[in-house]
Amino acid sequence: MKVSLKWLRDYVDVDLEPSALADCLTMAGLEVDAVEAAGPAFDQVVVARIISVRPHPQSEKLFLCEVTTGAEILPIVCGAPNTRSGDTVALARVGATIPGGFVIKSSRIRGELSEGMLCSEEELGIGEDNTGIMVLSPDLALGMDLKDALGLRDTVLDIGVTPNRADCLSIIGIAREVAAITGKTLRYPEIEVTENSEEMAGLTSVSIMDPDLCPRYTARVIKDITIKPSPSWMRARLEAVGLRAINNIVDITNFVMMELGQPLHAFDFRFLEEGRIVVRRSRENEHFISLDEKDRILRSDTLMICDGVKPVAIAGIMGGLNSEVKDDTSTILLESAYFHPPSIRRSSRWLGMGTDAAFRFERGIDPEGVVRALNRAAQLMAELGDGTVCRGYIDQYPRQIETVKDIPLRSKRVNEFLGTHIQAAEMVNILKKLEMTVSQSDDANCLVTPPTFRVDIAREIDLIEEIARMYGFDHIPVTMPGAAGTPEGENDGQIIESALRFALSGMGYTEVITYSFINPESAGQLGLKEGDPLRDFVKIRNPLTEEQSVLRTNLVYSLLDVMNRNVRNGCVDLKIFETGRIFFRNKEGELPVERPCVGGLITGNRYDGSWHNKGVSADFYDLKGCLEALFADQKIHPVRFVADSSQLFLHPGRSCRILVGQESLGFLGEIHPDVLERMDLKNRAVVFQLDLEALRLYTKVKIDFKEVSKFPASSRDMAFLVPVAMEGETLCRTGYEEHEVLLENVAIFDVYTGKNLPEGTKSLGLRFTYRSTEKTLTEEEINEAHNRIVKTMVEATGARIRGE
Amino acid sequence: MLKTLDELEKKAMLELTGATSEDALNELRTRYLGRKGVLTQMLRQISSVTAEERPLFGKRSNEIKESLSYAIDDALDKLRASRKDDVLLKETIDITLPGRALGLGHLHPVTRVSQEICRIFARMGFTVVEGPEVETDYYNFEALNIPKDHPARDMQDTFYVEDNIVLRTHTSPVQIRTMEKMKPPVRILSPGRVYRPDSDVSHTPMFHQIEGLMVDRGITFGDLKGTLTYFLRQIFGVDILLRFRPSFFPFTEPSAEVDIRCVMCGGRGCRVCGQSGWLEILGSGMVDPAVFENVGYDPEEVTGFAFGLGVERIAMLKYGISDIRLFFENDWRFLEQF
Repeated sequence: MKVSLKWLRDYVDVDLEPSALADCLTMAGLEVDAVEAAGPAFDQVVVARIISVRPHPQSEKLFLCEVTTGAEILPIVCGAPNTRSGDTVALARVGATIPGGFVIKSSRIRGELSEGMLCSEEELGIGEDNTGIMVLSPDLALGMDLKDALGLRDTVLDIGVTPNRADCLSIIGIAREVAAITGKTLRYPEIEVTENSEEMAGLTSVSIMDPDLCPRYTARVIKDITIKPSPSWMRARLEAVGLRAINNIVDITNFVMMELGQPLHAFDFRFLEEGRIVVRRSRENEHFISLDEKDRILRSDTLMICDGVKPVAIAGIMGGLNSEVKDDTSTILLESAYFHPPSIRRSSRWLGMGTDAAFRFERGIDPEGVVRALNRAAQLMAELGDGTVCRGYIDQYPRQIETVKDIPLRSKRVNEFLGTHIQAAEMVNILKKLEMTVSQSDDANCLVTPPTFRVDIAREIDLIEEIARMYGFDHIPVTMPGAAGTPEGENDGQIIESALRFALSGMGYTEVITYSFINPESAGQLGLKEGDPLRDFVKIRNPLTEEQSVLRTNLVYSLLDVMNRNVRNGCVDLKIFETGRIFFRNKEGELPVERPCVGGLITGNRYDGSWHNKGVSADFYDLKGCLEALFADQKIHPVRFVADSSQLFLHPGRSCRILVGQESLGFLGEIHPDVLERMDLKNRAVVFQLDLEALRLYTKVKIDFKEVSKFPASSRDMAFLVPVAMEGETLCRTGYEEHEVLLENVAIFDVYTGKNLPEGTKSLGLRFTYRSTEKTLTEEEINEAHNRIVKTMVEATGARIRGE
Repeated sequence: MLKTLDELEKKAMLELTGATSEDALNELRTRYLGRKGVLTQMLRQISSVTAEERPLFGKRSNEIKESLSYAIDDALDKLRASRKDDVLLKETIDITLPGRALGLGHLHPVTRVSQEICRIFARMGFTVVEGPEVETDYYNFEALNIPKDHPARDMQDTFYVEDNIVLRTHTSPVQIRTMEKMKPPVRILSPGRVYRPDSDVSHTPMFHQIEGLMVDRGITFGDLKGTLTYFLRQIFGVDILLRFRPSFFPFTEPSAEVDIRCVMCGGRGCRVCGQSGWLEILGSGMVDPAVFENVGYDPEEVTGFAFGLGVERIAMLKYGISDIRLFFENDWRFLEQF
């Protein structure tokens, strides 16, 4: 909320510099976001004196003047009838700007040089007088800036009022805080309504049909109004706080709203059919044209202000075009009411009408301030709009608005809660400064009744907050809580996630973080079929863009997107990973299924493009090796990579599932060339995705140490001829199936296809390692075991021993 | 005869200096000292030497044999050493060429900062707890004392999935879920992704928050100040100036924003701190009794405080990053700096 310091000073004395005041307010919970200079819209207008006046030779209406600024004497041509030698005047010098954006230039007026302009109040926007130039007090120093001379400068504080402080959405509210903080006295505006003899009751009536939404409605009738511009002081105040001046009546309703925090509305009484007000809910799909000339279709729960026949305003939000105050309005019905805050909020949200009035009503206005504001506005309308106020006012108050009384406050509790040693008397003092009524029950306990405008205070804790805020957070001692609980730091899942991150980054993979939402069209780009579970997107109802309208069901698309972005920037060699959740739609009304995952991608060259390694493309085995290392690091064993072509976005011949027992940990594979093409990517990429929860399930935190054998190992190499399609692992596995204790390891050390081999076969070179934990093995023992194993392998797989 | 010996020695030494290869030296050794070598032959002729000359002849020939043998060995050693030097010299490499890169990966700055924060609080006994990113309206709002149709909802714009299902706007729902499950004392930290529909230089629709909660008997506002002061000094240095300023969050009361002296301008006022000299760094407050009642804690028995901070914001200040969107663009040139 914007607060003009000039306006504020109407109600409280402020000795502080604006920046110091801003600090005080900020430290009391009213955060000042900005301190800005404000004032009338002119510049370089100075105090000057007319030395001589003579008639213009070419014109009867113009005068030629010599004007001094104290420093220099300037020739000025002026047409004002009150141009008089010796007067102190306002001079807009060459280069000055005056309201409307006009810049004063040196010019010749009917052949005579004029180096500036003498201004009227109206021309400077600081008064209404346009009959002649301003005549200033002769005491003013020549050459002084007019804004300083007349005290026209203002400072505006922009305050971020938190949603609980409805009472601070007015100048008087801020003044009240300033008074409480600085110890100054608050001056409420004096309100005196001079009424005429005509009874209001005979002119109109108010019936509230829905008191649940409108517990209180007050009204006055003001006659004989002249619609005209507001006086400049009021316009200046309204403009300083960001409101546009319209005419005296509308400006007065805005002025009082800003002054006291009570939104008001003025209806042109002519247009109220049957001359009365009915407050009721709208009918479903009722049409209504609001002041902004928009046709609104209403829901049945929107509260409307109606006349005897039709709606004339959306209660608490905006008036209607049909009863707007016009240039020829002479009688108005002035409304000051209290509306049910949640109802106003619902309607204003639904209609998308966040007006200043709605903003205040939905936060809760002072239920006991309604009449005061009504009278204040009536008073101003009489003073500034020539109106006569009919006698009496209507105050329909069918339902009591709850206000809180007698909140018990225990001073011991306050200190225990805050960690302070504030005396009970000081607490009471603070509360009284905030206009609370304190009745002392005993030394340590009391009952506190907050003022009715403090709608945020209902409980002891609310009082504790007030005491803390006014006592000053800075004065509350800094302490450390005692040791408690069992320090655990990260949980298992976190530990594994951290370990994965370190392992992956150690292996050269860089972490990325992408948005959890993706483009639903990603499903098509990935080539997912209808009914694929990866299409079970969680949809966001109000996405920022269509590209971010669903939650992702996989990390692959996000990784490809990162690849895409970087390739466009010329970075084609990438090793990246991300940990994040994927989401699957659940039954309506239930939370989606969230799975934390880790995914990775490699593309481009395996190594950086330095002189060592030239152009070795990364492939499936790079990423597989990385995963094998991860599993080894996490002691996840045994892991199987099982060829699988069910993921449609992966290359059917270069992808696999990753299993522990029967449980799937995730998948690994090269991106399908069709996907690359659809995404306009040139380079191949290999990706993996693992489920972190499954990973955690199989991660062995405990390490089983095995004794290291003191005896040497012996190895036997042997090449097998197998069909091309046979998986190397199948061959190795049969080697273990003999359960030979002496066999330590079988490893593939060579894969060969091509020349000198029968069509459709490949050669797999296997190294068998034998070792005993008890002795050095003899040749005979090794050969016996080796021959038996090889025989089993040959029989089980149909492999041939190469060279035999 | 002795004279012959002297000549022989002179000749051999002369030849030795001319022998520059290993072969030549070996040949020299064989020719003089071998079984059929010149010196050996001469020794065999000792019988023809006069008796008085014989002892001297024997001594001299042994001397010559030894010195020649030593000289040849020495020459061979030198030769071998110099050849080794030659080999090593030939193996000289350009040590200025770049090393073979291991290509270490980089951790995302959000992860780095998040881990640092979690470690600091872990030292104070906080346990990391996680919760769902898609939440019910109840956990995200209602249980946190933010009723429907309350203006406090304006503080956080929200992505909706259904009427009562939202993308969590903060990690605070984890507080509720945790307190529902366990009895005090509670010390938890809950990091994670949160979502709000907002996008500009200082807002992204997804960002990371860390929420902390401490509940026990006798926890005071002073403890809140102490804990957060310790934390901020750990992360920004012990010299950091900070202030606690009253604010409003529906689930805490009293609520405090914590500001630090602007790390960019030191308080003089700059673009980063909006000329105020202070940077809002986290929100905090004493847990509102209504929240305790929602999870079945007795607010007369226990008190506590909660706080929440944006990880990106801290990362931006620590690293001097001016546009929050950079965190999620994942441009290599950005990532590789961390």
